Amino acid sequence: MIQPAVSGTAVAALESNEGSRRGGWRSLLTHQITGPLAALVVAVIIFSATTDTFLSAGNWSLIAQQSVVVGTLALGQTLIVLTAGIDLSNGAIMVLGSVVIGKIALDGNPLLALGVGVLVCVAVGALNGALVSLGGLPPFIVTLGVLTAVTAAARLFTQSQSYPISDGLLTVLGDGPTVGGFTITYGVMLWVLLTAVVGYALSQTAWGARVYAVGDTPSAASLSGIKVKRMLFSVYIVAAVIYAFAAWQAMGRTPTADPSGYATSNLDSITAVVIGGTSLFGGRGGVYGTLVGALIVVVLQNGLTQAGIDSLYQQVATGVLVVVAVGIDRIVRRRQTR
Amino acid sequence: MSDATTPVLQARGLTKHYGHVVAMDDCDFDLRPGEILAVIGDNGAGKSTLIKSLTGAIVPDSGSLYLAGEQVTFRTPLDARRAGVETVYQELGVAPALDISQNLYLGREQRRPGFRGTVLRQLDKKAMRHGSAAQMADLGIRIQSIRQKVETLSGGQRQAVAVARVAAWATSVVIMDEPTAALGVRETNQVLDLILRVRDNGLPVVLISHNMPNVFQVADRIHIHRLGRRVALVDSGSLSMDDAVAVMTGARSADTLQQVTVPAPRGGSAQDTSSAGTEAAR
Repeated sequence: MIQPAVSGTAVAALESNEGSRRGGWRSLLTHQITGPLAALVVAVIIFSATTDTFLSAGNWSLIAQQSVVVGTLALGQTLIVLTAGIDLSNGAIMVLGSVVIGKIALDGNPLLALGVGVLVCVAVGALNGALVSLGGLPPFIVTLGVLTAVTAAARLFTQSQSYPISDGLLTVLGDGPTVGGFTITYGVMLWVLLTAVVGYALSQTAWGARVYAVGDTPSAASLSGIKVKRMLFSVYIVAAVIYAFAAWQAMGRTPTADPSGYATSNLDSITAVVIGGTSLFGGRGGVYGTLVGALIVVVLQNGLTQAGIDSLYQQVATGVLVVVAVGIDRIVRRRQTR
Repeated sequence: MSDATTPVLQARGLTKHYGHVVAMDDCDFDLRPGEILAVIGDNGAGKSTLIKSLTGAIVPDSGSLYLAGEQVTFRTPLDARRAGVETVYQELGVAPALDISQNLYLGREQRRPGFRGTVLRQLDKKAMRHGSAAQMADLGIRIQSIRQKVETLSGGQRQAVAVARVAAWATSVVIMDEPTAALGVRETNQVLDLILRVRDNGLPVVLISHNMPNVFQVADRIHIHRLGRRVALVDSGSLSMDDAVAVMTGARSADTLQQVTVPAPRGGSAQDTSSAGTEAAR
């Protein structure tokens, strides 16, 4: 054990000092979430000034609801990106989960449907995790393969049909109280709650510390006695559980389980993660940045629509934002790694 | 329990074959309490095979290992760590994106007492920062703050963090495998000072190094390894750097050196171990 044996004052000084160049207001400037938050505020100000409709409570309800599915997928994605991985299959896993839920729910047992849906998502997540951790294969390739296979599997399972979702339990996340014209759905609440829970796990538990360590320097983590493969596997499992929640939320948002829906949500989730300040190199970032990142993606699309700008330009804007975010990450990383 | 003269870590007759290659051939090893023992040898002499057997990274085909006089078997690095043997590696075993405190406690995180620790699994960051600050101050490592990310530190400071972690958790032996190989001159001296301080704080150190001036600067004794075995165990004051290199490379016989006598392991067989080793047959 570490014995606190030395003169108290020197030790106290070491403990109380913030890191170098990180005192007081400057820590706010350098905090990972500051950049994304500033970008979001700027976007909101611009759209509020240039359109009449953007700032309305109704539109903000819409923005929140539009962010929920991509934001939740991005939450799981964040965990995987923190381990220096990437998950191209998260949208497909969610879609597979929702069609399984939709089909089983036709027999009138929504609880069973939900349970099986979660298990299916976790099973695919376990496959990803096993191939990446035990197989040592690159996450990009593994999840690309799983994306293709799972997308096809969802279509085969449904014979390319979509199922209507009518059960109250399955669509409940689209409901919620309205306060002053602003509707907070249970799905939005669940998204924020899940973000807080994962944020707590990352910053306050040993598991979270190890996620960062494994993503930053797997060799150092391994030398410290951390079981790197087991950690990686657990991350893919936790992410898959979050994708199952996304499937539930998607049914609340649009009450159908469509095997060909959400085809670009994987890329949108990566966009949200990257814009939110999490490094694709692993070990840096967090879920609150991702929440802001998801809002940025949606605000940009929503605001440009309100301003009457062609949706293709919206995609250009999102693309530029991703490249800028990755560029900033690269520069910051190079400066920090001497 | 051991007394002041019982070797902390001893090995007798360690042998390891890889196919037809003999990586370790009836090798002995002795580390006394409170000393810095340098292990030197030419490339391919089998130093790393020896060190890996001491740290549990490999299991020798035959031979025995004694920790404080008791026979032990290390089947994995975790076994060695549980027994209080910790290792600093050449490549930096620290995570740059984490702060110093997180690095010191990586893999051994401390949870808060009570409900928040047992149910909510919350880390006791305050206690870990306090422990880390005490450890860094204890070893005289100068840093601004325990919350500094390791990436903001110089190479020497980073290795100092790695040494501090190992020294914090080791209870019997610290092994350092080429800890200064990646460092500049000034940073190397910082780490050498740190090695002395670790010893002065009571932990014996095994230092594997290619750098003869470094070895002679800090080592109390020198274990010369050649052709898979110890050919000499000498006090570092009893020979010159040239002597050491000559014996290490086989240019001169180890018989010309003033060897140190070592005790037999307490629980060991009655074999004669009065002389530290003999020149391997060529």
